[in-house]
Amino acid sequence: MKNPKLIIIGAAAFIVFLLIASAAYIVGETEQVIITQFGKPVGAPITTPGMHFKLPFIQNVNRFDKRFLEWDGDPNQIPTKDKRFIWVDSYARWHITDPLLFFQRLRDERVAQSRLDDILDGETRNAIANHDLVEVIRSTNRELQFGDIVEEVLETEAAIEIKHGRDKITRIIIENASPRVTELGIELLDLRLKRINYVEEVQQKIYERMIAERQRIADKFRSEGQGEAAKILGDKERDLNEIESEAYRTAQEINGKADGEATTIYARAYNQSNSSRDFYQFIKTMETYQNTLTKNDWLVLSTKGDFFKFLRDQSGR
Amino acid sequence: MQQKTPFDLTDFRPPQFSPQTIRLVIIGVLALILLYTSIYTVEPEEVGVVLRFGKYVRTVDPGLNFIIPFWIESLIKVPVERQLKEEFGFRTTEPGVRTRYAAREYQGESLMLTGDLNAAEVEWIVQYRLADPYKFLFKVRNARQTFRDINEAIMRQIVGDRSVDEVLTIGRIEIANTVSEKVQELCDQYETGIKVDQVVLQDVNPPDAVKPAFNDVNEAQQEREKLINQAKSEYNRVIPKAKGDAQRIIEEARGYAFKRVNEAKGDASKFNSVFREYLKAPEVTRQRIYLETMNDVLQKVGRKLITDEEATGILPLFQLGTEGGTQK
Repeated sequence: MKNPKLIIIGAAAFIVFLLIASAAYIVGETEQVIITQFGKPVGAPITTPGMHFKLPFIQNVNRFDKRFLEWDGDPNQIPTKDKRFIWVDSYARWHITDPLLFFQRLRDERVAQSRLDDILDGETRNAIANHDLVEVIRSTNRELQFGDIVEEVLETEAAIEIKHGRDKITRIIIENASPRVTELGIELLDLRLKRINYVEEVQQKIYERMIAERQRIADKFRSEGQGEAAKILGDKERDLNEIESEAYRTAQEINGKADGEATTIYARAYNQSNSSRDFYQFIKTMETYQNTLTKNDWLVLSTKGDFFKFLRDQSGR
Repeated sequence: MQQKTPFDLTDFRPPQFSPQTIRLVIIGVLALILLYTSIYTVEPEEVGVVLRFGKYVRTVDPGLNFIIPFWIESLIKVPVERQLKEEFGFRTTEPGVRTRYAAREYQGESLMLTGDLNAAEVEWIVQYRLADPYKFLFKVRNARQTFRDINEAIMRQIVGDRSVDEVLTIGRIEIANTVSEKVQELCDQYETGIKVDQVVLQDVNPPDAVKPAFNDVNEAQQEREKLINQAKSEYNRVIPKAKGDAQRIIEEARGYAFKRVNEAKGDASKFNSVFREYLKAPEVTRQRIYLETMNDVLQKVGRKLITDEEATGILPLFQLGTEGGTQK
């Protein structure tokens, strides 16, 4: 260490090292760089990643992100054109397309975010305020589907014509904001409405409306059930009467036919001639005597009658 | 030349090593750094992205990988094959067999407006992979937050085009599929390098304040079914029996008809037979039948009274109340 030669070599090496360290810089895959000399930008922005060199000490490296960067809107209470108050929360993705311009106008990303807040929140507010709520919620004219019964009960008003829709409204915001951010060296990739909600008081009213709607649907179900049940019970009565009367009619028809046939048969037998009629009367009367007179009956007979005439006189006179 | 001071620097001399030892230690340290900065193991579900001075140079496969040491090259591991999951409207707080969920605090994520300007709380998950590690690392800052923003925006856009009934019941699968498609489109547009595997709707509910009304609808629907079923069972209880009874009545009538006709035929046949014989000797047959009948009848009848016009009235002969009556 006492050797002055060694000290000189060491000092020289140290200076060379400092020079190299100050001249070389690395541009990352996600970065782009502006070289400034005493604060003044020098040369074109460097966007290719890898190791690069600059003049040592007098030039500075200013790094900017090359990626898509986030922007998250401040949730904002905005009235729509039809005077409904909603919370709107939007997000955007942007990137630095012109780092030189960006550097000149904004210096760094923090400033950029606050300028984006001004521009994008403002444009969002304008766009929302110029449209009805339904235009902000819906995107297309797609026909909403309901269950059968819901459709019947709510008699959903003839589909509202969506003139713009959410997609178009966000596109309007982007179109209006784009020229203003281009001046800042920024390109807007996309902006979307992340969350939309009713403010508290409106929400309460919406809930009340939803409850009323559901009550109507429930009532409909109930009355439909009662109606359907009554109809089935009516069917039952009708079918019952039909079945019973049909059976009665058929039975009577069968009985009548049989009776008629029997009558014909009897008539054919008994009505052959005078004597057959007479014989039938006689024989049926005899049968009836036999069948009707019992042990407990009184039989009062006169000796004048045919049967006992022989009791008076054996000649029967 | 030097005075003795209490702190004599010469007393604190570093320990003496031989130059060989120093050289060995330096080589050893360098070798360690070299190994440490040049050998990497990439796990089976990962790939390694290699940067040289911050510039992307190549992607390496799983296994043991060597890169240029001393921070000239660096390696970032990206789990491309691992399925990742984002949750919206709730968080799994304690994954495991009994997974627990916290949903209260995330209502802001789940509450959204439907196309008929109603509100619904939609909870969903999305499963995805980091299919393109280059884009994932270098194209978007904070790709995960971007991905979450995309999901929230798209879900609300899709739900905003559906009725509350579609969201709650009939349209769930369709919504999940459409969201999955649209999220993928945006992921490609933003160059996130993310590949969406699946969007799954979890609990989809009406807001708490409205829930009872929705439940009442379900109840009413069940009530309807119950009433209808009761009526149907009443119908089924009565009608088949009535049909059976009707059949019985008809069969009975048929039986009566057979009987009636057969009896008539029998009676007629009998009459004809007797009548045919009667015609051969009407007088005597008639008398015979008469007398036979009287024979039967008079035997059967308990009380008989025979009057004669010569007798002085019949009254005195009655002995009312006497068993067997009066016989002459």
